[in-house]
Amino acid sequence: MTTQNIPMPGSMDPMEQDFRPTPVPGDLTPYLIDTHIWTDEMLHQAGIPIYDTPFVTVGGGIGSFVTVDYLRICGVPASSLTVLTNLDVPWSSYEYLTRVSQIPRRERLRSDSASTPDNIWGFPSYAVREAFSAKSVKDFFSPLWNVLTEPILADYYTPKAGHAFESMEREYHRIGYAQCVRKGQVRMVRRRYGGGYFTILTPPAGAAPTRRIAYRSQFVHVAVGYPGLKLLPDLQRYRETHRDPSKVVNAYEPHEHVYEQLSRRPGTVMIRGGGIVASRVLQRLIDDRDRLGLQTRVLHVFRTYVTGSHGPSIFMRRKGGDGWAYQGFNYPKSVWGGQLKAKVRKLEGAERAEEYKLMGGTNTPVRKSWQEQLKRGRAQGWYQTLIGEIAELVPGPAQTVVAHVKAAQGYIQAQADFVIDCTGLEADIREHRLLADLLDHSGAGRNPSGRLDVERTFELRGTRSEPGRLYASGSATLGGYFPGVDTFLGLQIAAQEIADDLAALGFCARLGVGRSTKQWWLWARHRPI
Amino acid sequence: MVPTLNGRIQTRIALLAVVGGLWTLLITPLLPDGAPLSASYRATFLVLLLVIVLGVLWELLYHFLQQFRWEKDWPTFFGLLTAINEGLLIWILIAVGVGPDVPGGSFLLHFISVWILTWLVANGPMRVPFIHWRFQGGRLI
Ligand SMILES: Cc1cc2nc3c(=O)[nH]c(=O)nc-3n(C[C@H](O)[C@H](O)[C@H](O)COP(=O)(O)OP(=O)(O)OC[C@H]3O[C@@H](n4cnc5c(N)ncnc54)[C@H](O)[C@@H]3O)c2cc1C
Repeated sequence: MTTQNIPMPGSMDPMEQDFRPTPVPGDLTPYLIDTHIWTDEMLHQAGIPIYDTPFVTVGGGIGSFVTVDYLRICGVPASSLTVLTNLDVPWSSYEYLTRVSQIPRRERLRSDSASTPDNIWGFPSYAVREAFSAKSVKDFFSPLWNVLTEPILADYYTPKAGHAFESMEREYHRIGYAQCVRKGQVRMVRRRYGGGYFTILTPPAGAAPTRRIAYRSQFVHVAVGYPGLKLLPDLQRYRETHRDPSKVVNAYEPHEHVYEQLSRRPGTVMIRGGGIVASRVLQRLIDDRDRLGLQTRVLHVFRTYVTGSHGPSIFMRRKGGDGWAYQGFNYPKSVWGGQLKAKVRKLEGAERAEEYKLMGGTNTPVRKSWQEQLKRGRAQGWYQTLIGEIAELVPGPAQTVVAHVKAAQGYIQAQADFVIDCTGLEADIREHRLLADLLDHSGAGRNPSGRLDVERTFELRGTRSEPGRLYASGSATLGGYFPGVDTFLGLQIAAQEIADDLAALGFCARLGVGRSTKQWWLWARHRPI
Repeated sequence: MVPTLNGRIQTRIALLAVVGGLWTLLITPLLPDGAPLSASYRATFLVLLLVIVLGVLWELLYHFLQQFRWEKDWPTFFGLLTAINEGLLIWILIAVGVGPDVPGGSFLLHFISVWILTWLVANGPMRVPFIHWRFQGGRLI
């Protein structure tokens, strides 16, 4: 049984054949596939057309967007930047994942006020902008008071998902992003004999006369997001053995049918996981319970149950309780610019991996509304927790599912109408075809955490093709000198490092005091650049 | 901005010297201290210097306290609260005659306005000209 990935917008077709049995024009050849470094001649022979562009970014999600934004602000014209992607807009994939995991546009995200992917300066922050677009005095003061007193008197301020998307859309138009986009799936990036890289794009069927197109560029940036999100083996076994995809779901899959059925007849939901996704799903279940007067019961299975503050010393103690580990964002706040950023930047090898482990682990923010909901659930008995690991899922009586939970005191059986798995298991980078190709043919290697090994500049170590550079950012590079890579602000920090490196190479202007201030002023007046 | 020790000290000195200095230049003639302008300037700039010099010492303490925080951050709010202890210390120095000779009202007006202004600049506008600053723990060089 092969483990299955959860489908996402723009995810690759794993079955796609490298070459068709009957040759099609402009396709890859076994010779190309087996050769690490390509010449222009090899592509001519295969009939693959070559387009020249100075800079290619692969992925076209939020990582590509903030990088293009940065470079545009550093004076690179849109015509010099090429985005290769399957997505309609940079936030498509992100919006899909947030929506299915219960963050619709009106709900709040999990990043701070100054994590603004539409604005590289983080000023004015989302809280300030929310205040100034408020329609009432209360709505004016509330976000300001929130950022002022966070996280001491109030929970961290976080922006509404819709606010983030709308502001990105404005910036998308301002910088002329659409001009840079070429649609398709990127199969590989290879070094070019004589310098720079070839990026092979498979355009949508019928969109081009050849099956593949090559982009020849000096610089390439790879930001392909998650290599894949996996279903846990027991979930998949259940689905395959019992041919039932509806009762056992992962939170990153569309699962509205669960909430719909619960609104028609009472039921029990088993939740697995102690991260933010579990918090979201619980919120949705309890909001529905309150709003529609439902009788939903929740059984929450924790593998590790956190009872209170935890950590190796008084200087490293994270808050926790009722099963959860509490933390505002997915890493401690200072990884995006303070002490922890400075510290990890200096660490190598096992020491760095160890530091990641210390800061890591599943966690969720403390939010007053969530605390209140669960407290009520515990008091009224409809929210219960169980400590252990689900070993097997089998069909139970009357359309239910029975989980065999391995607990400290032995196996326990628990029954529910639905199981929502809220653990996010990321696939190995090798499962992403483009990343596997980088490992096998382009000299890329793994960092101490097993992902792509990048320099402090986000150059992919081992892939240099002078005078070209190959960069990577986002989740595929987690484990590097900067821990926060898979976040809005982290992707912007990576973009800054990349832009600084490119400025040193003479590709763009350095963002010094004068240029930065002038560009901000253009941004503030929404002037196109 | 989430500070490192070095960043705290650099930001403190730069912001107080530049923003605080310009503000002191502007506001001193308006202070109700009844003294000749040159004496007023001497007093307010001495207060500013004290805030900078003692501030560097305070920053060492804040950095130590920050170590007890899991996130190793320094909430925005703390940036306002610390005006109380720092202001009190300077006031005590003035009262015992170690600091410059300024009446209480003028001191309060000057100190609080400088504090709020630099705090506001540090929490937003500073990021506009210095785009690397917030990612380097507040370091400028
Ligand atoms: C549910 C959820 C909530 C999150 N909330 C926050 C938050 O509140 N704040 C925050 O800062 N961060 C958050 N993150 C983390 C992170 O900021 C986002 O995941 C962000 O979208 C990452 O951007 P990216 O560019 O790395 O990936 P994506 O935005 O996913 O973009 C990568 C794109 O590359 C495309 N791609 C992959 N392979 C190829 C190929 N071969 N050819 C062409 N295209 C390809 C994919 O289709 C994908 O669309 C969240 C993540 C998740 C999953």
